[in-house]
Amino acid sequence: MTARFQKVVPKITVWRAIFAAILLSGAYATYLRIFYGLGGSTNLSDKFPWGLWIGFDVMCGVGLAAGGFTLVAMVHIFNIKQYRPVLRPAILTAFLGYLLVTLGLLYDVGRPDRMWHPLVMWNPHSVMFEVAWCVTLYSTVLFLEFLPIVFERFGLHKPLEWIHRISVPMMILGVLLSTLHQSSLGTLFLIVPEKLYPLWYTPILPLLFFVSAIGVGLAMTIFESWHSSRAFGRALELPLLASIARVLAVVMSVYLWIRFLDLLHRDAFGLLLRNRTETWLFLLEIALALVPTALLYQSRIRRNPAALYFCSVMVVFSFIANRLNVGITGLEAGSGTHYIPKWSEIAVTLSLVAVGFAIFRVIGEHFPVFEAHSAQPELVRTEEREVDPLAVG
Amino acid sequence: MPKAILYDSTLCIGCRACEGACAERWGLPYNDKIAAEETISAHKLTTIVTHGDHFCRRLCMNCLQPACASVCPVGALQKTALGPVTYDAAKCIGCRYCMQACPFQVPTYEWSSRLPRMRKCDMCSVRQSAGKLTACAEICPTGATSNGERDALIAEARTRLAAKPDQYYQKIYGLSEVGGTSVFFLSAVPFEQIGLRMNLPRESMPMLTWRVLELLPDVVSTGSVLLGGIWWITNRRAEVARKEGPRK
Ligand code: SF4
Ligand code: SF4
Repeated sequence: MTARFQKVVPKITVWRAIFAAILLSGAYATYLRIFYGLGGSTNLSDKFPWGLWIGFDVMCGVGLAAGGFTLVAMVHIFNIKQYRPVLRPAILTAFLGYLLVTLGLLYDVGRPDRMWHPLVMWNPHSVMFEVAWCVTLYSTVLFLEFLPIVFERFGLHKPLEWIHRISVPMMILGVLLSTLHQSSLGTLFLIVPEKLYPLWYTPILPLLFFVSAIGVGLAMTIFESWHSSRAFGRALELPLLASIARVLAVVMSVYLWIRFLDLLHRDAFGLLLRNRTETWLFLLEIALALVPTALLYQSRIRRNPAALYFCSVMVVFSFIANRLNVGITGLEAGSGTHYIPKWSEIAVTLSLVAVGFAIFRVIGEHFPVFEAHSAQPELVRTEEREVDPLAVG
Repeated sequence: MPKAILYDSTLCIGCRACEGACAERWGLPYNDKIAAEETISAHKLTTIVTHGDHFCRRLCMNCLQPACASVCPVGALQKTALGPVTYDAAKCIGCRYCMQACPFQVPTYEWSSRLPRMRKCDMCSVRQSAGKLTACAEICPTGATSNGERDALIAEARTRLAAKPDQYYQKIYGLSEVGGTSVFFLSAVPFEQIGLRMNLPRESMPMLTWRVLELLPDVVSTGSVLLGGIWWITNRRAEVARKEGPRK
């Protein structure tokens, strides 16, 4: 134990140094944002009003948090109890994801002091209005879904019971809200047919955003389990992850098939013959989705932790590439300009991600997020039934 | 009756009087340096752009079905019955969706301000409600920019096209672009040669998102029933299993 501990220490120090450096640059960028406005802290312009903070922080942040609603639906609504052990980490990630999205928006929006305006000044014709409401409501739902973990930690049984009583409608609401929210991030871009490059602009953007969010949610679950098993020295629930990988392979196949049909019906395949940046970015995005999907169909890959991890990382990257293409690169030509984020935009983004990792770690260490670290799964299951009446299996 | 602006590029001599009048109406500085900037920005809401021998003007098109107003989450932008698309800076949260959505890339932002606002031409909403002409139309020495009732201006444009068929490219820009605008352009050459965007949909832009948004109540209600139902079925199975469990 001590030997192991000593081995871990220098590694942590390096990471801590990087962590501190990121936060420091983030703090300076924050100072620039507050005192010199968006002009002093970003490379945005009148022709290119949205950049990294929307393209990555918001669009990827929300998507990466999609594991929460996917697993809530699988475990609690479809009653596939075997996925229970990864449910709580997924909810925690989702909650943190949304928290970071909200923080990211505070940076991006020109008047963060008016963030509450959409809640009182309505315009139901606006997708942004819907997004604002979904973020607010879903963060609340996630908070409530996360509360039992806190109550359990402090042994508060009364509120625990109370929360469980409303939990079913709450979960259904949560799944619906994220369905709306994930797809409406795609709907946002339906209003720019003349700007978004036709490899990405399609009337079914909302559907594509929804399906890919499910995919990335599952991939993130594998990704997290792998990391938390290392960080907290837990055994990897390999059979469980392998079965999630199966679902992931199917979801990604459906996604890729819809994208194929979409290009086919829009007669857009000819675009791939053009030697343009967009073509290459598109091919990269598709390759990053295609390769892990094909690999995950082989049980040899699914049973190999490293390969499984590698595949999930590729799916996550493919997702990020897609969101950045829709939100940034695919818009450059149509907007008649180029955009490269300023260092301070990158610093803020990295800080938010780093803070997310740190909070996850702290909560993972101090709250009962990971349920299955006991060696006797049978025992755990009975315990669960006691604390969580919903866990009827 | 809704108002409109007609800009006739063949009559424009590039004197930039409209730029100065616009700056004055908004209380913005105007000098030779700003006059030389041929882009619209938060401190210059209209501009004359030189395209070889021809001039073109850039200003908010005050669309009939404005994309900007439809996407604004707080309803800061409104299409008024009189024609102008107005902006209420007190509501604006600065999400800049209007800038992203506008097919003409008109809205601009006060990037370096700590309390920034979106800025755009509002077709002199206040002046027009008081029965006055827009500042740009009032000052224009050649009549290249004129202001009046929308129908009358369309008729006037058609008369000009018919009277001098060899001097005009035989189209009116703004009649059908994005479902129609309140600013029209006439030109001697095809519109793309004076920098006007041609790849625009003919239908109203807000429909593109509304088609999806209007499904929302249906999705929510159907989804609740479906998910609730699935939960009920799967947990019924679980209940049965639990009752039978101990007997085994
Ligand atoms: S031109 Fe752009 S800013 Fe002006 S009304 Fe139309 S959509 Fe709005
Ligand atoms: S920037 Fe302001 S005016 Fe434009 S859409 Fe956002 S809230 Fe509305």
